[in-house]
Amino acid sequence: MNEFMTTEAATTGIPPPRAAGAKRNVWSWLNVWSLGTVLIAAAMTVPILAVLIIGLTPGDDIWSHLASTVLPGYISTTLGLMIGVGVGTLVIGVGTAWLVSTCRFSGRRLFEWALLLPMAMPAYVIAYVYTDILEYAGPVQEVLRDIFGWTLKRDYWFPEIRSLGGAASMMTLVLYPYVYLLSRAAFMEQSVCVLEASRILGRGPWRSFCTVALPLARPAIVIGVSLVLMETLNDFGTVDFFAVGTFTLGIYDVWLNMNNVAGAAQLAGVMLFFVVFLMLAERFARRKQRFHTTTAKLKALPGYQLKGAPKRFATVACALPVLFGFLLPAMVLGGLAVTNFDAAANAEVLRHAGNSVLLSSVVALLALGIGVFMAYGVRLRKEKIVTFVVRFASLGYAVPGSVLAIGVLVSLGGLDNGIDGFMRRNFGLSTGLVFSGTIAAVTFGYLVRFLALSFGSVEASLSKITPNMDGAAASLGHGPFSTLKRIHLPLIRGSALTAVILVFVECMKELPMTVILRPFNFHTLATYVHQFASDEQLGEASLAALAIVGFGILPVIVLSFAITKSRPGHSTEEPTS
Amino acid sequence: MKSRNYLVSLGMIALAGLITHSSTAAPGDAVNLYSYRQPFLMKPLLDAFTKETRVKVNMVYLKKGMLERLKAEGANSPADLVLTADIGNIQNLVAAGLLQSSSSSKINRNVPAQFRHPQGLWYGLTTRARIIFAHKDRVKPGEVTTYEDLAKPHMKGRICTRSGKHVYNVSLLAWMIAAKGEAAGEAWARGLKANLARKPQGNDRAQVKAVFQGECDVAVGNTYYMGKMMTNKKNPEQKNWAAAVNLIFPNQKDRGTHVNISGAGITKSAKNKAGAIRLIEFLTGDAAQKIYAEDNFEYPIKVGAKLHPIVAGWGKFKADETFLFKIAEHRITATRIMDKVRFNN
Repeated sequence: MNEFMTTEAATTGIPPPRAAGAKRNVWSWLNVWSLGTVLIAAAMTVPILAVLIIGLTPGDDIWSHLASTVLPGYISTTLGLMIGVGVGTLVIGVGTAWLVSTCRFSGRRLFEWALLLPMAMPAYVIAYVYTDILEYAGPVQEVLRDIFGWTLKRDYWFPEIRSLGGAASMMTLVLYPYVYLLSRAAFMEQSVCVLEASRILGRGPWRSFCTVALPLARPAIVIGVSLVLMETLNDFGTVDFFAVGTFTLGIYDVWLNMNNVAGAAQLAGVMLFFVVFLMLAERFARRKQRFHTTTAKLKALPGYQLKGAPKRFATVACALPVLFGFLLPAMVLGGLAVTNFDAAANAEVLRHAGNSVLLSSVVALLALGIGVFMAYGVRLRKEKIVTFVVRFASLGYAVPGSVLAIGVLVSLGGLDNGIDGFMRRNFGLSTGLVFSGTIAAVTFGYLVRFLALSFGSVEASLSKITPNMDGAAASLGHGPFSTLKRIHLPLIRGSALTAVILVFVECMKELPMTVILRPFNFHTLATYVHQFASDEQLGEASLAALAIVGFGILPVIVLSFAITKSRPGHSTEEPTS
Repeated sequence: MKSRNYLVSLGMIALAGLITHSSTAAPGDAVNLYSYRQPFLMKPLLDAFTKETRVKVNMVYLKKGMLERLKAEGANSPADLVLTADIGNIQNLVAAGLLQSSSSSKINRNVPAQFRHPQGLWYGLTTRARIIFAHKDRVKPGEVTTYEDLAKPHMKGRICTRSGKHVYNVSLLAWMIAAKGEAAGEAWARGLKANLARKPQGNDRAQVKAVFQGECDVAVGNTYYMGKMMTNKKNPEQKNWAAAVNLIFPNQKDRGTHVNISGAGITKSAKNKAGAIRLIEFLTGDAAQKIYAEDNFEYPIKVGAKLHPIVAGWGKFKADETFLFKIAEHRITATRIMDKVRFNN
């Protein structure tokens, strides 16, 4: 099924970055790129290691209790949720990405960017909104009761929104854009030649999609789905609100209700190993595959003109996720904001919005810089140690936010108190806390958590650039920096922008880390929304919630246009067919 | 590469903005607060304090991870004072050795002995009772008068409550265990679970809503939610929810109704202990107790402080007098029992 992929053999004969014939030296990774990559990555792993170390501190044994009571439930619920959200986002994300990238139907240009909109909607917010609409006391059931004359709950059956299925639906609706975004970028970056070759060899559009486009986009799709699964795995807001007992809810329970942070860290560690196992399994499954194209011939994607029923189907299939993931909840929030305008609108919201946007922008740019540096460091020299440290550093995304925040607290507190102790002993002056409880702590926390996003997109994009390019640049006398600047960066522009905006939007929505790490008197839009929404006062929170969505939308739209433009050979005119 | 230069300069500006923003840190004489209670609840109280004393209060709303943050920051922690919404939270801080003792004759006069730590490690600020809300028609008088009644077979499928793991419900079960032992506590939790009309969800207010809507007949909740619903101007429909139920203060004929506190404690690392004591004195004093009573419908801790007329209208009730410390000791057992009976499933 992978016959169109360039194989390992096709890439041999390229001068490896390392001097040809040189013996592999144990210390060969000691150069600017590798060392820098290892150092940065190591700094990012400290909080993750801190969590694992906390797990090793002696405390009450929780395992026998959990195993005999709620653990099996946690595991089956979590797996159920992951399967539901994974399959849901895969189908919606890849399906819509393929439709808008290669087919022509009514509304395609609109859907190109509109399909990204739900990304700006935090899962906990959409959960509040749908509960408001669909619960027993909500308008939908009220209307049904009026129509059919039911009075009590026992009189009829209605799907329970606060359930596993409900949680999976909520998360699918706001998380599918990750898969859509990455697979669309991948489809756009694909050489149309392989598709044409497939069609010439007699394959229909459907089979070409399944046997050529899909396998070629696999690294990007996998990254998209694994981001979604990690988000799902450590979501707290939604599952807590819906009372769906997942593993993460269990971690919080052990931590906060049993006052056993060591036990919680142990559970988080187990979850981390589960994620690592999944990632390794996926890598193993495509270990012999390479995904770069050997030709740079990229002309505009074909654009099959759909007709009749398939055309209508395509429009509806693209419209539904936007409707339920964005339009409907945004309208409900808008309605609430209007009716509660006096309570919801104040100058504070504006200031919190400023905080959110500034913080998110800074982190997004830093994450991009670090992500590019690390991904390129890995590409330059495929040193085992570098690769290992980098992989480990991008695990922050797989740890529940609050638990990771404890790791950040402990590492920064240790650093601060270490510096303070050293200064006191040697110079008799106290420096106090330098990083703890500052914006720097929040920034660091975000970076640790979201580095996987920027690193993942950049790495996936780099993996598609043939090493021939590196070789050609090297033979023309360009060093790694120059090659990166002149060759790689322009080629990965689309993915780099994706990385920036993914991180930006994630930071705008981030809640658990911000709450724990922030300085005095500091709010972001998310923390502001949370204080009301957790008290079920959605009205007061509605405007700030809309602001999160609003500020998230702008860059998302910019991103979408940029991706369309980023494709080499793309022309804005519709191809004639 | 023009766009990249643009991005870089944008980043620089943003960074500069954040640094100047964060450098407006706390001045020396301010009181620094880590709080479990929401900012919108505390703001009127803290504003009143600043107005009276000209001492600024800085606050972080920190529902999760307060203990870990205090621990990690160690002796250099900027926090002077913590505020919590339940005895359990504050007891965990005591057990971790993060609070220091203090004494103030003013506070001791304001706060009755059963609502403060003997060495002054923590002080109660307000009390709230965890009571039963029963539908006016569907629940007959005398059908439910005790917490124990909630676990009896005649209540099957008629009760709504929030998560069994929420601090309020854990404290209620811990109190049951303190009063009647672990086995009886477990049997009660099992009975209550068997009687639930739906999976535990939502907050206390949402339970009363469910009673109003006919999902269940009886709900368990804290008193102040009732006051908030009865007077809700922004969401007038909540008045209907409140009007649908009677308030039942359970166990009036034996040990009394379960009460809990919101409390405050001074951190071991406090740089401004005097300011922290001053703030507790203020929060337990007349002006602040009035705000607590009027804005949040809580029972003031101060003897003789006036209740909100609505709260006063619910009448006097017999509160259980078990020392709160004793209840907190059973919290972990209570949490485990909630797992054992699969309360939230």
